Amino acid sequence: MTAVVSTPTRPDSASPSAPKSAPPSGRATTAAGGRVARRRRIRPSSIVLSAVAVIVFVLSVFPVYWMVNSSFLPNNLVRGSVPHFFPDEFTLRNYALVLFGDTRTPFLPALLNSIGTTVITVGVALVFAFLAALAVTRFRFRGRRSFVIAILVVQMIPGEAMIISTYRLLEGWNLLNSIIGLSLVYVATVLPFTIWTLRGFVNGVPAELEEAAMIDGCSRTGAFWRITFPLLAPGLIATGVFGFIQAWNEFVFALVVMSDDSAHTLPVWLRTFVQANTTTNWAAIMAGSTLVAIPVVVFFLIVQGRMTSGLVSGAVKG
Amino acid sequence: MSLVAKTKTPRRVGFAPFALLVPGTAVLAVVVGWPLIQLLIQSFQEYGRAQVFGAPAPFIGLGNYVEVLTDQKFWNVLGRSVLFCLVCVVVTIVLGTLVALLMQRLNKFFRTLVSIGLLLAWAMPPLSATFVWGWVFDTQYGIANYLITQVSGVDFMGHSWLISALGFFFVAGIVVVWGAVPFVAFTVYAGLTQVPDEVIEAAQLDGAGAVARFRLIVLPYLRSIFLVLIVLSVIWDLRVFAQIKALQTIGGSVADTSTIGVYIYETSLANGEYGTGGAIAVILVLILMAVSFVYIRQSLKEDEA
Repeated sequence: MTAVVSTPTRPDSASPSAPKSAPPSGRATTAAGGRVARRRRIRPSSIVLSAVAVIVFVLSVFPVYWMVNSSFLPNNLVRGSVPHFFPDEFTLRNYALVLFGDTRTPFLPALLNSIGTTVITVGVALVFAFLAALAVTRFRFRGRRSFVIAILVVQMIPGEAMIISTYRLLEGWNLLNSIIGLSLVYVATVLPFTIWTLRGFVNGVPAELEEAAMIDGCSRTGAFWRITFPLLAPGLIATGVFGFIQAWNEFVFALVVMSDDSAHTLPVWLRTFVQANTTTNWAAIMAGSTLVAIPVVVFFLIVQGRMTSGLVSGAVKG
Repeated sequence: MSLVAKTKTPRRVGFAPFALLVPGTAVLAVVVGWPLIQLLIQSFQEYGRAQVFGAPAPFIGLGNYVEVLTDQKFWNVLGRSVLFCLVCVVVTIVLGTLVALLMQRLNKFFRTLVSIGLLLAWAMPPLSATFVWGWVFDTQYGIANYLITQVSGVDFMGHSWLISALGFFFVAGIVVVWGAVPFVAFTVYAGLTQVPDEVIEAAQLDGAGAVARFRLIVLPYLRSIFLVLIVLSVIWDLRVFAQIKALQTIGGSVADTSTIGVYIYETSLANGEYGTGGAIAVILVLILMAVSFVYIRQSLKEDEA
């Protein structure tokens, strides 16, 4: 079994399914005589803990809330001497301005560039990574271990170090300011992690399942598509979303490779937009930041648990 | 597709696995391998603007490296990056662990509340997060100055956070730590659920206090988790680029606030010194590879399992 699919370390945070460890402080409700006394002692501290929990919640959420709040307020209120803690004079003008306003930094082309790059990156990375994951899990061959090590090493090479040589590579192929060129870079960026994580998922599907289906009369391909592939769907979704978030958020390469105004992706657009508005219109900047963040937040919430376990699965097992 | 995984003997493997590896390997070789070689070569060359426009690039041996390593500016940037990274990592790990311990002691309602908050912070794109914090710490209308003034009575209105390097890195540190704590908290929390209850209870019976229990029992159980978390955090915080670059858009002097990633960008693209930039990049790769070694070794353990 794999550490990724069913590891108990997966932080089921959205729906904490009562982890097996009762807190050591023993808030257990077992009415066994000995515990009652301790339970009474714990009460005040549990109030303190709840208060701390609320503080942690507020500190975590406040910037997100403040971004959304400011984006729904008219700019003159945002720049008032007293801050408005609620969008009491609700307006969508900031969003209108971001989406259709300033012609110098148009949002929609950047959105299309981001969507295009992201779709290509996720699609290609998933297919390539899936094939590679099959190779390293379903086969034992010479060089397998070297490949696995190479994947881990490549994952650690910092993109910032490679910007110039990557720039020159794409320049040579006439792929500067092109979605294809940027996607190619992104595929290489997410491929190591995707292979590594998918490898865990494929490992989690025992080959015996396929063999059993074949004994029951399935063809080899049929067994794969009917048995293994459906079981891998959660893994493909999780790694796909990871690729999506990476491609959507990536900034360094996009900044260098997509320098034409018309080629900007959303992060580069956001920076340009901020440069143009920073002294004048924070409300619009917050609207822009919100628009860039929404898709990531949505997709992130879908797969949050699996991303942790993929990164630290080695540690948990070791 | 032949399924020989579980049988030990590698019989009739043939070309299949290699064929499956071709697409991925090809992309990595072309997009990572080739530029890496180019980078290495370029770092030994005289490579400036003239070379970009076609002049030959003569090899100058270790010239670029000597120039970088004798440049006080490089050491300033490196020291700044390392210091910033270490502070961020320590604060992130400590806060993340405290939040994890907190979550363990909360009831379901409050734990879900904390989880939702952490998830939202975690999900925010770094660039959006940076601009939000930049807005929070805005000189004129930022909520931070307002709240500090209201709470402490000291007049912070009009205080510019980004203009001094220290203030700049304070804000940058908040952006980085705020975004990084959730991952640490969730991972440590997951690890905590794996510490057997019996052991904890036994220690409790033996009279171990909370601190002793954490230090003597929980910590050894979570040793490898902390190791990987620290290594990953060091790598991520040493490489920090988007947040610094974005904060520089709002304010702050580039010369005083660049970390090593931004410095490579500035040296290469803004100043056109591609050879020198290449040498710095190679040095960064070497540093990160050394740090990554621990992570890679730990990950391989899982592969063998």
